[in-house]
Amino acid sequence: MPLKIKQDHSRFREIIRGRIKENLRKYIQKGEMIGKKGKDLITIPVPSIDIPHFKYGHKDQGGVGQGEGAPGTVLAPGAVEGDGKGKAGQGEGQHSLEVDLSLDELADILGEELALPRIQNKGKKNLTTPKVKYTGVHTAGPESLRHFKRTYKQALKRSISSGLYNPKIPIVVPVREDKRYRSWRMQELPQSNAVVIYMMDVSGSMGDEQKEIVRIESFWIDTWLRSNYKGLETRYIIHDAVAREVDRETFFHTRESGGTMISSAYKLCKEMMDADYDSGSWNIYPFHFSDGDNWSADDTRTCITLLKGEILTKVNQFAYGQVESPYGSGQFIKDLRESFEGIENVALSEIANKDAIYNSIKDFLGKGS
Amino acid sequence: MDYSGTQLPPHLGDIKKEIEKYAHEFGLDFYETIFEVLNYDEINMVAAYGGFPNRYPHWRFGMEYEQLSKGYEYGLSKIYEMVINNNPSYAYLLESNMDVDQKLVMAHVYGHVDFFKNNFSFQHTNRKMMDEMANHATRVRRIIDRVGIEPVETFIDRALSLENLINQHAPHFPPKPREEAPEEPIEVRGFKTNREYMSQFINPQGFLDEQRKKLEEERAQKKKFPEKPERDVLVFLIENAPLERWEADILSVVREEAYYFAPQAQTKIANEGWASYWHSTIMTQRALKDSEIIDYADHHSGTMGTRPGAINPYKLGIELWRFIEERWNKGRFGKEYDECDDLRARRAWDRKLGLGKQKIFEVRKHYNDVTFIDEFLTADFAVEQKLFVYGFNEKANRWEILDREFQKVKKKLLQQLTNFGQPIIEVVDGNFENRGELLLAHRHDGVDLRIDYAKDTLVNLQAMWRRPVGIVTRVDGKGVLMRFDGRDHTDRKVEL
Repeated sequence: MPLKIKQDHSRFREIIRGRIKENLRKYIQKGEMIGKKGKDLITIPVPSIDIPHFKYGHKDQGGVGQGEGAPGTVLAPGAVEGDGKGKAGQGEGQHSLEVDLSLDELADILGEELALPRIQNKGKKNLTTPKVKYTGVHTAGPESLRHFKRTYKQALKRSISSGLYNPKIPIVVPVREDKRYRSWRMQELPQSNAVVIYMMDVSGSMGDEQKEIVRIESFWIDTWLRSNYKGLETRYIIHDAVAREVDRETFFHTRESGGTMISSAYKLCKEMMDADYDSGSWNIYPFHFSDGDNWSADDTRTCITLLKGEILTKVNQFAYGQVESPYGSGQFIKDLRESFEGIENVALSEIANKDAIYNSIKDFLGKGS
Repeated sequence: MDYSGTQLPPHLGDIKKEIEKYAHEFGLDFYETIFEVLNYDEINMVAAYGGFPNRYPHWRFGMEYEQLSKGYEYGLSKIYEMVINNNPSYAYLLESNMDVDQKLVMAHVYGHVDFFKNNFSFQHTNRKMMDEMANHATRVRRIIDRVGIEPVETFIDRALSLENLINQHAPHFPPKPREEAPEEPIEVRGFKTNREYMSQFINPQGFLDEQRKKLEEERAQKKKFPEKPERDVLVFLIENAPLERWEADILSVVREEAYYFAPQAQTKIANEGWASYWHSTIMTQRALKDSEIIDYADHHSGTMGTRPGAINPYKLGIELWRFIEERWNKGRFGKEYDECDDLRARRAWDRKLGLGKQKIFEVRKHYNDVTFIDEFLTADFAVEQKLFVYGFNEKANRWEILDREFQKVKKKLLQQLTNFGQPIIEVVDGNFENRGELLLAHRHDGVDLRIDYAKDTLVNLQAMWRRPVGIVTRVDGKGVLMRFDGRDHTDRKVEL
């Protein structure tokens, strides 16, 4: 039987979601929601709804506590209830409650807010992989999985109830019956294959701010694609005049100073696809970010040829985001626009500043391919 | 779920009989108590509803529910025990608890029910609140069917914003029928004259009538409304604000429930302490089996744990009750003891009076938290329990221990408890400046109001009163009248 309170609960969620929706732009800009915890949980400070009352400001309030410590001892953060960053009287209308959203929920909100279509899975091949999950405690098992705490507790219980326990010499010796072991189950998890290949221009003209934009944007793209594909892979390519593959950390923090040859990145991308990702069974998403200042018109032509001939036929969608920078000419996106006018699986977006991320995500993910 | 006396599973039924017997033997006096076994989802719901199976629809219950559910699902917290003040009393057991927990909960619950039944604070609470809450739920649902969820929810939000503006002492003083004091007849004196025959020329009838009318008007203006400041702001609004029928109805629901819950807030320490005292007594002296001691000790200590920035009412309460019992057992009271300066003599003081049990039963009848702390929290106790006052260090931007001096600790504690920790606010004028504006006054006791909250609350108040509203308070030592006229907030300096 569904509980009566579910109605109240969904009403609350609606209100909260309304708030999240309103604030979504802000979150995307500040990137303050980024931070994975545990498996796929993210903690987002969301205002709890606090009905206003006439109540004391806590500036000069303080209170009574219990415990050790001389005057002047600092109370641990969080020890005081309602200990907020906003001090009383400074007009902070709500105090925050940590509301957990799973990445899936977050993606739902994102999808709802940006009216993103669900992605059509190419789905030629659906694999399942077995996965081990620890689910319970058993009385038999291998020693390596012994649950120490449970075993100890069991032994303690037994020794007390059988009168063997001597509080003066509190030695507890477990016997075989006391032992407890973790037990597991195999679970079949479906796997569909998608890979995102991020490419970024790290030439001298890309500053920290530009990279921050790329980082935030890629977080949201990840979130969305992950909610559409289980087991998403990501690869990272950086380039200036030459391209190389790097890990995530390096991707976001490298700063080079060379010139820019975009074709080098596209070549590497193509090689990567040929080597690891057969287009028949993989959903492939290359994303490229640059300030649009390519070395030469020749190189740009090479890029377009590469895209037309090799890349576009194999990928679900190719996306290019041009981050505005004070040094770049921003020519590249114009060239792409000319060549790929009206082609379905090319998404182009100009990102002027952090505020523009919101619309840019829509540009990228709004096609549902 | 059927709440009308479902049967406990047999083994829990046996446990109940056993614990109930012990409770009787120890002299506890309680209503019939019905235990319900609920799963975690149901118990979270009931807890979100404040202990009742049925409440009117409102999102804040959903918010509570979500917090409780998340807490449970991530293993951060779980609800052990819940009992409602009703005759018969209802209490809830979490299905998945071990038997030793169920015993502990039952023993604890009998402590609570004894307290509900006997403590004076609960004397005027509705003992059929279970039914009343269900009636409230139906009433509100009917209103929602008629006018729609949005306006009702908005109105409830506003009403809840004012729900702490009640007079916690009111239940003890049944309202006197308002006696209209016989008014002095208005005597119209015209200009003075010594010559009788001239008077009708000096004070012609028309002039006298005019004077009379003027005097009457003045008197009407002078007449205070309300005559005396009214602490129960909600009742003032119900009687005087231009509310729709359904709005007044909802406001009285909110008010009634606020009065029902108020005594629980006023006796948190005494009540939780009393229940903990009894679960510990019953468990350790009678009910525990050897094999259960570890789990009992684990869970008992979990409940009694303290953290530096807050008072744990269970811990403070149980220690105070034990302290009182010990003092009266050993005769540590009265003039002779109070005047004894010899620390060693005081420590060894034992007149073997054995009055402890009798004393604590007496105290549980006549005290609420404020009087309980005021009377029995002594310097010895404060030192023993390591109590301290903490405050916010503005410079370092952090909370710090300020002082361990007994007087300060006690003063702070009492201040936190007075008017269950709420500022005292009353209606002083329902026709402020003769413009139908509502004026409240905050009886400032050293702590300012939270300004942003106060402003938002004024907005809610204005929505009910429809005319401009204001509150006189003190901010940083200066008198301020904060006013909201439906569009703008204004502050004005006032002399206090």
